[in-house]
Amino acid sequence: MLPGMGDDTCAITLKVNGSTLRLQVAPWTTLLDLLRERLGLTGSKKGCDHGQCGACTVLVDGVRINSCLSLAVMRDGASVTTIEGLAEGDALHPLQQSFIEHDAFQCGYCTPGQLCSAVGLIAEGHAHSEDDIRELMSGNLCRCGAYPNIVAAIGQAMRPRRDA
Amino acid sequence: MNRFGYTRAGDVAEAVHAAAGDDAAQFIAGGTNLVDLMKERIAAPSRLIDITRLPLRAVKSLPDGGLEIGALVSNSDVAYHPEVASRYPLLSQAILAGASPQLRNMASTGGNLLQRTRCYYFYDAALPCNKRAPGSGCPARDGVNRIHAILGASEHCIAVHPSDMCVALAALAATVHVTGPAGARAIEFAEFHRLPGDAPERDTTLQPGELVTAVALPREGFAAHSTYLKVRDRHSYAFALVSVAVGLRMVDGTIAEARLALGGVAHKPWRDPTAEALLRGQRPDDALFAAVGEHLVRDARGCGHNDFKIALVRRAVVRALQQAVAGGPRA
Ligand SMILES: Cc1cc2nc3c(=O)[nH]c(=O)nc-3n(C[C@H](O)[C@H](O)[C@H](O)COP(=O)(O)OP(=O)(O)OC[C@H]3O[C@@H](n4cnc5c(N)ncnc54)[C@H](O)[C@@H]3O)c2cc1C
Ligand code: SF4
Ligand code: FES
Ligand code: FES
Repeated sequence: MLPGMGDDTCAITLKVNGSTLRLQVAPWTTLLDLLRERLGLTGSKKGCDHGQCGACTVLVDGVRINSCLSLAVMRDGASVTTIEGLAEGDALHPLQQSFIEHDAFQCGYCTPGQLCSAVGLIAEGHAHSEDDIRELMSGNLCRCGAYPNIVAAIGQAMRPRRDA
Repeated sequence: MNRFGYTRAGDVAEAVHAAAGDDAAQFIAGGTNLVDLMKERIAAPSRLIDITRLPLRAVKSLPDGGLEIGALVSNSDVAYHPEVASRYPLLSQAILAGASPQLRNMASTGGNLLQRTRCYYFYDAALPCNKRAPGSGCPARDGVNRIHAILGASEHCIAVHPSDMCVALAALAATVHVTGPAGARAIEFAEFHRLPGDAPERDTTLQPGELVTAVALPREGFAAHSTYLKVRDRHSYAFALVSVAVGLRMVDGTIAEARLALGGVAHKPWRDPTAEALLRGQRPDDALFAAVGEHLVRDARGCGHNDFKIALVRRAVVRALQQAVAGGPRA
C-alpha cells in the first residue's frame, strides 16, 4: 500500500499532454472517464466501453492502448497523450494533416482514436505495406467506412515527404 | 463496476500475501478481461491487487536452451521479441492473430492464460450459467451455441477457452511457473487448463491465491516447420471458431516429431498425443493428414449451431499440416 491511498480514493500523478497533474481518483475510474469527465478532454470517445472499437485509443508512455479498459489509478506516474496533445500549437501533427488531405473521415467520431492509434502504429515500426496498415489498424472501427482513405492517409504519413 | 479496494503490490511476496488475506480479491494486470467483466458485473472483486509493478517483465534464456517469459511481458512484446519471432514463430503468429494492437499492448502473458470464456450466456448476468453461478444451469446447450465446444464438453458446460496464445503454448509444451501461499511450483501446460466436468466454474488448476510468475518454453521451437491457422468470421479482430497450431520436426523429409493443438473446440487448448503419434515417422501426405483430422474429431459432438466445426477441424488440420511442412503460413 502506498502513502496517500485510502480505501476510497488514491492520490496519483499523471502527465497529460505535457502538464503534470496531481489527482485524487476512485480506483474504479477508468482512464477514459478521467480524461473526459474530470479533465474535460472529450476528444477521446466512448464508443463501446469494452475494448471493441478503438474510439478511446490514447498513448500511454508512447504506447497505444484502449483507455476504456484501463484503470486510472494503475497509470500513476505515466505520461498520457490524447488527440488534444498531438498538434504543436497551431501546427497539426503530420498525421492530422494527412487525414485532412485524404478526406480520411466522415462524421469524425472514430477519428481521434484512429489518429492516436496511427501514431502508435508508426512508432511500433511493424507496418511495411498497406496490408500491414490494414491489419495493424484493425483495432479501430469506423462506422462510416472511411477505411480506404484512412489507410492512404497513414501510408502517406509514413513516407518521407517529397517537399520536405 | 462495483466498489472495491485497491492495493499496489511491490513484489511477488507482497502480492501473494495480499491475496491470501482475502478470498474475494483478484490480481489485475492488463485489465483487458477483468475490467470488462467488472463492467458487465460478471466479476465483482472485493479488492484489486495491482501486479503491474512486479519485476516480471523479462524474457530470459534458460540454461537448458529454453526461454522464460515473465508473466507481465505484454502480448505485443512477446510476439515481436526477436528470440520468440525467430525460434518460436508459431507463438508470435498465434499472439498476432488475436485481439487488436492496442489490446495486445495492454494484455499480459499471465492474464492471457487466465482470460475467461466468451460464451454469450456467461457474459449476460441476467441468465443462468453454471460457470458464473454454479448449479443454475447451462442455457447454451439448447440455445445459441455456434461458438461452443465439440470436444471434451460436459452436460454442465460447453464453453471454449478463447485464447490464441494458449493454443501455441500447448503445442510447444510450455511450463507455467506459479507462486502461492504454499510456495512455488511448476505446472505443465497440458495440466494448467481443465475440462469442465462437474465444476465448470474452475477454468484452471491454479489454487486460490496463486500468482503466475512466468511461462517457460522448452528448447525445441519447431521454427522451420510450424504454423498457426485461425479460422474466424472476420479476417481480423475476431475470436477463433477453430484454430490449429502445428509444430513439426522434419528429418530427411520424414516427420520425426509432431505437435498439434486445436483452439476454439474445447474448454482448454486441445492436444491429442494419439493424433501426433499417427504423424511420427511418416512422410507428409494429404491422405495421412486427412486421417489425422478424422482421428481428432472421432469423439466430437456438436450441439446444433456448432456442428459445422467438426468438418472445419478436419479441413483446417489438413491445411495447417500442409503449411507447416512447407515452412509456415506464407511459405
Ligand atoms: C475486444 C477484445 C477482443 C479480443 N480478442 C482476442 C482474440 O482474438 N484472441 C485472444 O486470444 N484473446 C483476445 N482477447 C482477450 C485478451 O487476449 C485478454 O483479455 C488478455 O490476454 C488478458 O490479459 P490481461 O493482462 O489484460 O488480463 P487481466 O484482465 O488483467 O486479468 C485477467 C484474469 O487473469 C488474472 N491474472 C492476471 N495476471 C495474473 C497472474 N500473473 N497470476 C494470476 N492471475 C492473473 C486476473 O485476476 C483476471 O482474473 C480479446 C479481448 C477483447 C477485449
Ligand atoms: S456453456 Fe458454460 S459458460 Fe456458457 S452458459 Fe453453459 S455453463 Fe455457462
Ligand atoms: S470505447 Fe474503448 S474500445 Fe470502444
Ligand atoms: S468517420 Fe464516422 S465513424 Fe469513422
